[in-house]
Amino acid sequence: MSNFVMPSLGADMESAVLMEWLVKEGDHVTKGQVVAEVETSKGVIEIEVFEEGIIEKILIKEETECTVGTPLAYIRTADEKPPQETTEEPQRIKASPAARRKAKEMGVDIASLAATGEINLANVEKLAVQTPKLATSDGMRQAIAKAMSRSNAQIPHYYLSTSINMTPALAWLENFNANRTITQRILPAALLIRAVVKALKEVPQLNGFWEDNEHRISESIHPGIAIALRKGGLITPALMNAHEMGLDETMHALGDLITRTRSTKLRNSEMTQQTITITNLGDLGVESVLGVIYPPQVALVGLGRIMDAPWAQEDTLCVRKVMQATLAGDHRATDGRTGGLFLEKLNHILQNPQELL
Amino acid sequence: MTQEEIKKAIIGQILEIAPDIEEHDIVADKNLQRSLEIDSFDFLKILTALNAILGVEVPEKDYAKVDTLEHMTQYFVKNLPQ
Repeated sequence: MSNFVMPSLGADMESAVLMEWLVKEGDHVTKGQVVAEVETSKGVIEIEVFEEGIIEKILIKEETECTVGTPLAYIRTADEKPPQETTEEPQRIKASPAARRKAKEMGVDIASLAATGEINLANVEKLAVQTPKLATSDGMRQAIAKAMSRSNAQIPHYYLSTSINMTPALAWLENFNANRTITQRILPAALLIRAVVKALKEVPQLNGFWEDNEHRISESIHPGIAIALRKGGLITPALMNAHEMGLDETMHALGDLITRTRSTKLRNSEMTQQTITITNLGDLGVESVLGVIYPPQVALVGLGRIMDAPWAQEDTLCVRKVMQATLAGDHRATDGRTGGLFLEKLNHILQNPQELL
Repeated sequence: MTQEEIKKAIIGQILEIAPDIEEHDIVADKNLQRSLEIDSFDFLKILTALNAILGVEVPEKDYAKVDTLEHMTQYFVKNLPQ
């Protein structure tokens, strides 16, 4: 028997609302199955179970706010006998979904209303009028603020930067796309992610964690991809198992990840298992980015906007598509030499794009 | 399909991909991607959806010809299968 608990969906999360169960008591579940949806400051996240078994008892009702670690259900493995009854009642706050949403929007703590009895939209609005709204009342802003403060306080960052001539890679990609239908088209972002993943295979020290005063290298590469939300805010969900993907698979998985991020349909593994972060400023951003590492990761790769720039090649000056690639590294885990090697590999790979297929 | 219908189809797809945009935000002669903050991924999604509706595939080398609502409408009018 094991407790299925509210997972931590990021170092900054304290609680979340269990919105919907996708299974019922008695259902058989398999490893990796999505069993519930929870609402966090980062949107609705699908949560998965990590073992096979039977949902013995559901402990938390839908639309209940619970802290991280709260048991949500008991899962019994196939060879176990049914357990004894439990009388433990988890603490919860009853509120209508509309009231909950409004409370979040207006920065009202619904717990402070719980004592007054029923929590409805009118009550929340009344309290909101009395509570001055802070500029930082938005949950996502607060979550980012916490994570970034922790990062800057704990991680001794070092920064490296290099200019990469992107003309060969973009020319190759344009030619490659010209022979394909629109649905098979590859975006430069996918090519760049694939190149970063390939470089990480050669310099694996940057892919992993700093935990318990130890540097742990991850064999799997799950890069967190910084994705801007249309209504503001930023999420960096993991592109799971990117090390197993070719170029087409990377593009397909990236498209799926962006679409699900923007419609808030992410899974908890994608929110928690990032092994490195890639910030790609794409076609709308600035020239270069010096990022802040998400703990417990040990590096962040920043890819600036690709722009026309003067470029010296042998003894001629010409115009090329140039991108600033930067690396923010955790100096406890690696040195500038390792970071420099990574940027050098990345550059080399992008000069030979046909190898990215 | 008339020019007006094509324009409607384009606007429809933009609003579908970027639901926070209001129709009056789309100015006929402004760069779509920059003025509406549509990234390359969403732009490709819009073109893919329009390909399904209008049967016209915009190759990457023609992206400069579909940069505004006005240009995109003209491009599709010109390239629509007869």
